[in-house]
Order: sequence, then structure tokens, then C-alpha cells
Amino acid sequence: MSERAAGVRPLVSVRDLAVHFPVKKGVLGRAKGAVRAVDGVSFDVFPGETLALVGESGCGKTTTGRAVLRLVEATAGTILFDGTDVRALKAEPLRKLRRQMQIVFQDPFSSLNPRMTVGATVREGLVIHELAEGAEADARVRRLLEEVGLRPDQASRYPHELSGGQRQRVGIARALAVEPRFIVCDEPVSALDVSVQAQVVNLLQDLQRDRGLAYLFIAHDLSVVQHVADRVAVMYLGRIVETAPGEALYDEPLMPYTQALLSAVPVPDPDAKRQRIVLSGDVPSPAAPPSGCVFHPRCHHPARDAACARIVPPLEPKGEMSGSGKSAGAPHLVACIKQPPTTVDDATQRAAGATHPPQRYLPVVGAR
Amino acid sequence: MRRLLAARAAQAVVVVAVVATVVFALIHLAPGDPFGAALESGRVSPEVRAEWRARYGLDRPLAEQYVRWIGSVARGDLGWSFSRNRPVAGALASALPNTLVLMGTALLLSIALGIAAAVLQAARRGSLVDRGSSALLLVFYSMPEFWLGLMLLLAFAYELPIFPVSGVVDPVMHEYMGTWGRFVDRVRHLALPALTLTLLLSAAIARHQRAALLDVARADFTRTARAKGLSPRAVLLRHALRNSLGTTITLLGLMFPALLGGAVIVETVFAWPGMGSLATSAIAQRDYPLVSATAIVGAVMTVAGSVIADVLGATADPRLRDA
Ligand SMILES: Nc1ncnc2c1ncn2[C@@H]1O[C@H](COP(=O)(O)OP(=O)(O)OP(=O)(O)O)[C@@H](O)[C@H]1O
Ligand code: SF4
Ligand SMILES: [Mg+2]
Repeated sequence: MSERAAGVRPLVSVRDLAVHFPVKKGVLGRAKGAVRAVDGVSFDVFPGETLALVGESGCGKTTTGRAVLRLVEATAGTILFDGTDVRALKAEPLRKLRRQMQIVFQDPFSSLNPRMTVGATVREGLVIHELAEGAEADARVRRLLEEVGLRPDQASRYPHELSGGQRQRVGIARALAVEPRFIVCDEPVSALDVSVQAQVVNLLQDLQRDRGLAYLFIAHDLSVVQHVADRVAVMYLGRIVETAPGEALYDEPLMPYTQALLSAVPVPDPDAKRQRIVLSGDVPSPAAPPSGCVFHPRCHHPARDAACARIVPPLEPKGEMSGSGKSAGAPHLVACIKQPPTTVDDATQRAAGATHPPQRYLPVVGAR
Repeated sequence: MRRLLAARAAQAVVVVAVVATVVFALIHLAPGDPFGAALESGRVSPEVRAEWRARYGLDRPLAEQYVRWIGSVARGDLGWSFSRNRPVAGALASALPNTLVLMGTALLLSIALGIAAAVLQAARRGSLVDRGSSALLLVFYSMPEFWLGLMLLLAFAYELPIFPVSGVVDPVMHEYMGTWGRFVDRVRHLALPALTLTLLLSAAIARHQRAALLDVARADFTRTARAKGLSPRAVLLRHALRNSLGTTITLLGLMFPALLGGAVIVETVFAWPGMGSLATSAIAQRDYPLVSATAIVGAVMTVAGSVIADVLGATADPRLRDA
């Protein structure tokens, strides 16, 4: 999937991941259909890099993140962590692998055990993975708390005695304790006050720089990830619809859904005029996703036509920009048959009822 | 914590006073009196009965009797039991320990059994073990105390005579046993009544604890525990169980009156000389002071049970500890 320089192997490699939740109905609880929370998602995360996963509420971001760590069982697909097939692991090796891949949860209030002190919560991971014990473990806990910006004496506090921002720092210290290489940050700041959000984001960035961590950074709007992401993947209804290096995505958003998301991002320059794309209708239910392009009922692309409802658009390379820095050489992939170039040729489109040829459409530019 | 205790103590005094008054009124309004039908004997003439009533003040207006009684109770004097012919306090002192032993044993056993069953069920949710033990416990849960007691008697004292039929100790041989023998004798007598109460109570505890465990198992912090790399067993015991015990403790506090009521019935079935037997015979003989006193003890125990549950619940939960 990646066309990066040879020799760089992705730390996490996900292919065709699907997570379907059975919908049970009736007294007997028989399965009646499924919620396709994640439906054919592929991505790579390289060492030391941040891949942001962005999309509206309910599009399957949390489920994707949890499935990668096998906190939710996937229905199909492969997940490789540093070459290890995560889905094939038995309980014990999986438990051991959890040392290397961690998660910071969305809700800092419910994700900490209310009956354990902060110190005990952070210490537990150290002890079960036999990284330290006794006084050595206590010293490590104090150091970790300091590293995330808490006072070492706060180890004896209970979660309810801390603010939301402090709790999220505990959640981060807890994840760091086992010295992971990869952390899923599931909307780590969306439950926090705006004033604290920046501090926690900065903390995560500092930790990444110091420890060479790789992040899968989940967020529901593009403004939060603008400063942290090397690459961005936009999700809609359980699928990735566009992925690109951060600057390419912000400068040249090609998937109409990304354009709509970006048009809602506030621009720093008050004089800059930008067309606001308002999506019509609600997000369809993942239990009954639309046919063809899942976005077609809400799409505003001028060339949208009947073919969109029949052809499932492949996630294919488009756009001229390519990344720089850590994301150098990363491709810009878009799932839209109406943005040229496309591998779904005219004849195929016309056979599916197309009345418009593909046409470059870029209403939102220069969101940075 | 201190504020909680003070508030609950004040509440307790009010509850006990109300219970005492209601019971006093009820038993006096019931037909008959200590020297009436219950003392049916041709040799006691109506004149003698009238004289006894006058001696104990039973011919006075009800209001006057109430004021005198509540006054002496407030001073700590529970009065004289007509039927036992001894001070009420003495009758209580010999019955209360028996009830406490029975209830205490049943309570401890059922907490252990109920929680163990719940953990096993939650660990293998949906399995045969889970569904089978849930169904079995439901059967015990819905059985009346006296029926279960009688069935156990029939099975383990009559058909398969392992345990004695009634009483606290062997009426004849207990005197001649050594220390160890006496202990065994007491345990054997305790076995069936305690088992009856335990089965009833542990079913309720297990059902509640299982639901609480599954509730907590869905909570985010148990997912955190799994993400850390804890084994499912450690997640269940160290995180889920500790966080779900609180609701069971509260439930036990609320169940205390039912436990007391169950104990009264079980005591009657097994002729266990505790508070239950004392209250039943006192009511039958219209022993006013004794009936009222047993009701007061029952009320005090109920209130104490719920206060203890509250305090335990609060100590176990750091969020309530400094409230
Ligand atoms: N355990 C589950 N059982 C059934 N459906 C589920 C379950 N978990 C998630 N879903 C469904 O899967 C879909 C994706 O949920 P998910 O939590 O991954 O979304 P999300 O993108 O993280 O949303 P948010 O921004 O609100 O956190 C939703 O429709 C949700 O209702
Ligand atoms: S494929 Fe069609 S419906 Fe889907 S985004 Fe492109 S134009 Fe819109
Ligand atoms: Mg989520």
C-alpha cells in the first residue's frame, strides 16, 4: 500500500479489516443482520509516525482502534504488528504483546478504576509485565507521573480527586508504563476543556519525539489533528475514503466528504472567505449502508450520478502533492470515481448509468 | 463518615420509637390479654384475674399504660414477662445469642457461596455452568423458607439421619460431652437451620452479584485493565469484583429485615430457641412487654444492619470515604 523508501517497514499494518456486530432481536436473541462498524479498512503506521483517523461520530474509529489491539475481535482482515499476525495470537502471547501496543481511551473519567490510586493504576502494568517491582517500581511510577506533568506525590490520589486533564495524563502515564512502541490515542482530548486540550496534545507530541512512539490518533474533526498528524485517513461509515500526508489533504482535499469536513474547520485568517459545505441528511446506519459509494446520498460533487450508487469506488492514487518529512513518499489515495484520474474507465461508468464524465472538483482550498 | 454516622443514629432512634409505639398499639388492640383466654383454667376465678390485671395496671386507660411503658423502656427497663415469669431482659439475653449465631453463620456462608457462584457464572457467561447454576439458585430463591426447612429436615434428619431434628444442643447428652464434643454437637444442630437460610440468601446474593459483575465488565476501566495485559482472571477478580461488591453490600443491608423474618420462620421449624420462637410464643400468650421488646430488638437489628452496610460500603469506596 505504501510506496515509501525501501527499508522502512510499517510497525502496524492493517489490511481489509472488518468488524461486524451482530444485531440480536427477539426473545431468542437470534442474529438478524449486522452493524458493519468497520468494513474493509487498510492502513499502515510507520515507526515514530502519527496517522490520524478522522470521521464523524459512529463511523467506526474507536472500533478500528480497538480491533487493532484486539480489544474487540475483528470479523475479517489481517493485522500485523512488527510482522506478528495479531489476530492469530493465543491469549498468552497476546497478553505479552500488549506491552508493545497501548491505548489512551476517549473518556478519562470512566477509563480509570475508581477504587485504585493513581500510583496503583500506573504500577500494575509494570508489575504484570515484570518490568519492575517493589521500590524500583514505585520509583518508576514517580518518574512516569513527572514525565506526564503530574506531581509524584499525586500517586496516592484517587481518580475522583483529579481534574479531567490530570486524569488523561494518568491514562497516558499508564499506557507509557509498559514502554510501548505504538499507542492508539482514541480522541484523547475531546472530553477535555479547550484550554487543556493543547497541553495534552503537546505532551503527546513531546513523548513521541522523546520515545520514538508511533500513534494512531483518532479524532472527529480535522482541526485537532492538523498539528499532530504526519498522515491523515478520513473514515466514513466504516471505510477509509481518503488518505494522504497531512499537508496534501489540507491543500487538496479530493474526496467530497473530506471537503465537507474541512469546510467546517475554522480558518485562522478572518478575512479568508471559504465556502461552507453543509452536508444534507443524516449519516446512514452502518447496519444498512448505501450501495456503491457509501457517501452518494449526501454527495455534492457536480458529476455525481447513477454510477455512484452502483460502483464501489476503489481507494486509488490521485493528486499531485506528496508528503515531506516523515510522510515523504506517502501516496494520496481517494475513493471517488468522479475525481480524475480513475481506474474505473468511462465505458464501465456509462454501463453503470453514468451521465457525467469525471471532473476535477476542488471547492475547498488552502485550509491550512 | 462521622456526619453519616450521626445522621443515621438519629434516624435509628426515631425508627425504633415508631416501631415500639406501633407494636404496643397492635398487641393491645388484639383481643385478649395476658390473663384472658391464654390462661384458660377453671381454677382461676374472674375475681382473681381482675385483681392481677389491677396489680399490673392493665385496667388503666391505654394512654396511661403507654406512657408508663415507654417511660420505663426509655430508662432501660423492659419490664416483666408474664409468660416466662422472669424479667424481659433475661428472656432476651438467653434467646438473642442463638439468633445471632444462626443469622451470622447464614450470612457469612451465603456471602461466600453467593459471590463464588457469581464469579464462576460471570467468568463463563452463557455456558452450561452459568445457566445451570442460575436455574438451581432461582429454584431456591423462589422457595418458601418453611418448605425448604421441612424438606431438608425430611431428607437429612429423617430419611438420612445425619443431623438432629431440633434444638441448639442435645437435651440429654450435651452435659456429658467434652469441650470438643460440645462444639461438634452445636455445629450439628446449627447445620440444617443455617443451611436453609444460606440457600435462600445466597441465591439472592448470587443473582445480584452476577448482574453487578457483568455491569462492571462493560465499564471502560475493565477494558483499560485488559489493555494493560492483565489476564481475564485478574481483570475479573482485581478490577471487576472489587468495583461491584459495593452494590451487594447495600443489598445485604436492605435484605436484613427479610433475613430476620426468614430466621423467625426457620427457628419455628427447627425449634431453635431464638428471638423468633420467643416472639411467636409471646404473641400467642399476649405477653405485652415481651412482644414489644422483641419488636424493639428486631427494629434495632434492622437499623444496625443497614447502618453497617452503609459504613462498609463507604469505607470500601474512596469516593464516599470523606463524605
Ligand atoms: N459493541 C457493539 N455492539 C454493537 N454495535 C456497536 C458496538 N460498538 C460499536 N457499535 C456500533 O458501531 C459503529 C461504530 O462505532 P464506533 O464507536 O467505532 O464509532 P466512533 O467513530 O468511535 O464514534 P465516536 O466518535 O462517537 O466515538 C456505531 O454505529 C456503533 O453503534
Ligand atoms: S464516488 Fe460519486 S458519490 Fe462517491 S464521493 Fe465520488 S462523486 Fe460522490
Ligand atoms: Mg469513538
